[in-house]
Amino acid sequence: MSTVYQEPINRSLSELYASYGYSPFKMSKFEEYELYAQNKNFLISDHVITFTDTTGRLMALKPDVTLAIVKNTKDEPSFKKKLYYTESVYRVSQKSGTFREIEQAGVEVIGDIDAYCLGEVLTMAEKSLAAVSPDSVLAVSQLDLLMLAVDALGIPKSREGEVLDCIGEKNQHGIGVILAEEGLPEENTHFLKALLTHYGKPSYVLSRIAPYCKSEGAQSILAEFTKILSLVREDRVVVDFSTLGDLRYYNGIVFRGYVNGIAENLLSGGEYNRLMQKMNKKSHAVGFAVYLDLLDDFGKTLAPYDCDVLILYKEESSDLLAVMEKAESLRREGLTVSVETRPSESKRYRTVYTV
Amino acid sequence: MKRMLNIALPKGRLGEHVYDMFEKAGFECPSIKEPSRKLIFENEAKGVRYFWVKPSDVAIYVERGAADLGVCGKDILLEYTPDVYELLDLGIGKCRMAVACPKDFRDTPDKTLKVATKFSHIAADYYRRQGRDIDIIHLNGSIEIAPILKLSDVIVDIVETGTTLKENDLEVRETVVPISARLIANKAYYRFVSETIETILESFRELIAERETR
Repeated sequence: MSTVYQEPINRSLSELYASYGYSPFKMSKFEEYELYAQNKNFLISDHVITFTDTTGRLMALKPDVTLAIVKNTKDEPSFKKKLYYTESVYRVSQKSGTFREIEQAGVEVIGDIDAYCLGEVLTMAEKSLAAVSPDSVLAVSQLDLLMLAVDALGIPKSREGEVLDCIGEKNQHGIGVILAEEGLPEENTHFLKALLTHYGKPSYVLSRIAPYCKSEGAQSILAEFTKILSLVREDRVVVDFSTLGDLRYYNGIVFRGYVNGIAENLLSGGEYNRLMQKMNKKSHAVGFAVYLDLLDDFGKTLAPYDCDVLILYKEESSDLLAVMEKAESLRREGLTVSVETRPSESKRYRTVYTV
Repeated sequence: MKRMLNIALPKGRLGEHVYDMFEKAGFECPSIKEPSRKLIFENEAKGVRYFWVKPSDVAIYVERGAADLGVCGKDILLEYTPDVYELLDLGIGKCRMAVACPKDFRDTPDKTLKVATKFSHIAADYYRRQGRDIDIIHLNGSIEIAPILKLSDVIVDIVETGTTLKENDLEVRETVVPISARLIANKAYYRFVSETIETILESFRELIAERETR
């Protein structure tokens, strides 16, 4: 359920997505548990609330929206299905470690994904952040290019996970240690170092990394990445190759959105063609989610008073009609009015009348 | 208005050393050196605010965004795996995480090894990589007495000089991982102070290189 702080953002996000011609997608609160059990690593938290329905099937309160949309969307690779949603999901909050109902908005495009489509989704992601605050940034990465740089290190596959952890932490000294332990030359890191060292506006980063993209494959990915990023606003988008997604599901472009004043990423998305393959779908897909629960404390200022006016009356001696009329006339002036026989100790009132 | 850069420093000698590095990088805050029991210090002109926190809490302050930057030991990062950027190895506060035991202890792989430690995650990960079956006994202090009182076979703990181990008739058998202080940053707020952080990183790299050539 939306809180009062989430509601206006929620509404403007729906209007934004509808203005791009995306269709609303409504889904059931429940899905068969099997769907999530098979794709546990795709979920932010692998804890799922389960129950047995009346037919004996093991069901789950949906912990994620994308999996349910992919499962319930017809596989038509030559078309584009453009959908948006505002849904509650049920998962363990990373903050509290307990299950929470979390409001999430987002978009998914399933089908024939081209450069224009990716540029459009990135633009919608950037505008989603701007709807929350103009002081926001969308960090974008290209996983296929990054993996070419990881391959160039020449490390054994068994240590690739450690390298990816270091990349996600911007931990270049850690990569150096792994290379030294494997007895590999420092020059193997040049490509990866170029990707990790350069951070900032797309035009700046892309021009700096271009000399390191020497292979045909790298040049072709860079050209496509450049084409896509030419469609987005330079001032609100940065290229940051430390932005990762789980490689079992994501490929190509991945991105995270940040708003100044919120200590974690408010938005997360990317191309998930590997998930589509895993679910035996031929279509490609891209999407993102906005985690509306993170807005709970954002921009919230506590009102100095709980109520503008407190009218105190005595049950036995006050003129109750006069009390009622006084309260109504103040409410007509736009004030909030509480009428009590004694003030509440836990509330603050701007003015107190005694009748 | 320019965002104030919030920096969590670990209380103690390491934190004082790190503050000196920030001062040399041009982010001084003279009030921090005045004798007082205050924990938060601010230099508005430089746009910087420092606060002293328990060393093991630095990563939490940074992960949750109360601090943009912080300095903590690699041991804390390995043990609690906070979701932060690990920007630089400062090359100070050097020590190692090690396995120690009584001098006469003979390890035989056919039995479950009893390991006493404050660092359960690091110890479990270390022995899992070796495929060794262990029983972790989590303690909060005075780890060295655990093998003496037969509570455990070995301990996994931080070793600086090794004096405490020697005084308790223990010896280091294996090094688990070398430890040093790391500069860490909040992943979200990094975006909004990245230029300032880059200035600090550049200056710190020069200071480290200067120290290493001395």
